[in-house]
Amino acid sequence: MTETNTSPTALSDTELERYARHIVLPEIGGAGQQKLKKARVLVIGAGGLGAPVLSYLAAAGIGTLGVIDDDTVSLSNLQRQVIHDTGSVGMEKVESARASILRINPHVTVETHVKRLDEENAAGIIAAYDIVVDGSDNFATRYLLADTCAAVERPLVTAAVGRFDGSLTVLKPFERDGDGNPLPGYRHLFPEPPPAGLVPSCAEAGIVGALTGVMGTLEAMEVIKLITGAGEPLIGRLLLYDALAARFETVKYRRRAG
Amino acid sequence: MKLTVNGEERRVTATTLAALLDELDYAPDFLATARNGELVRAGERILCTLDEGDRIEILSPMQGG
Repeated sequence: MTETNTSPTALSDTELERYARHIVLPEIGGAGQQKLKKARVLVIGAGGLGAPVLSYLAAAGIGTLGVIDDDTVSLSNLQRQVIHDTGSVGMEKVESARASILRINPHVTVETHVKRLDEENAAGIIAAYDIVVDGSDNFATRYLLADTCAAVERPLVTAAVGRFDGSLTVLKPFERDGDGNPLPGYRHLFPEPPPAGLVPSCAEAGIVGALTGVMGTLEAMEVIKLITGAGEPLIGRLLLYDALAARFETVKYRRRAG
Repeated sequence: MKLTVNGEERRVTATTLAALLDELDYAPDFLATARNGELVRAGERILCTLDEGDRIEILSPMQGG
């Protein structure tokens, strides 16, 4: 046993074995795995997107996962929200998620928030984390989250799904690109939310569970890239996934008036 | 003119992105549009002229998670 190293991000023998396939990657390695262990990631919503995000980030060894959701698990969630199971119907989603995360990886610290994000609590909760992941299911939360993350300067990995389509991007509007231009924010893609009722929710329009799995897993990948510095994060690019056609498309966007 | 709209080949008469949305019966508000992989803002669509073979994406905002 080598649990004697007192650095909070030092990796024990069991952790080194658990994360061996990360550590062998030059882009991550032991240093990257320690960054993952040190990281505090907040996931908004323990639903269709949140389930794969939380599962893969837990397995990847993120040190602290925050989960915010005010809902309980219902039977119609289980077709896609694979972090919950039949036995967790009726439980608070954050508690069901906590149990799943700890089953996957007991090294993760889970912080649960049984509430909805609102104007009052958003900045305080978000500022306590390094990176935020959007797995919410409504425009009001999506815009509040994007605006608050921009204001308190936290990177936001955001994805959304509808029926057979998904979209994903990474937002750091408080930073500048290599040429000194400020990076774009969510409102540079979609300036204003559509009026209530114009765009159907998943409950109204339907959603294939595997689609939330694809998009949530892509979100988890972007989080791991942001923390370890591996590769090029999906900043200033919107990734679109058209599941019916099996087609990925990338759209570049910038911060610009007009 | 032949375009690829959301991955599907379409033959259209529109010569600007704004006219294309009209021709294809999209309500233009709240959509994101892109031509050949670059976002085109709502205010720029009327000046965005289309060329044969352009790849156009018309994206409705999604809220699901």
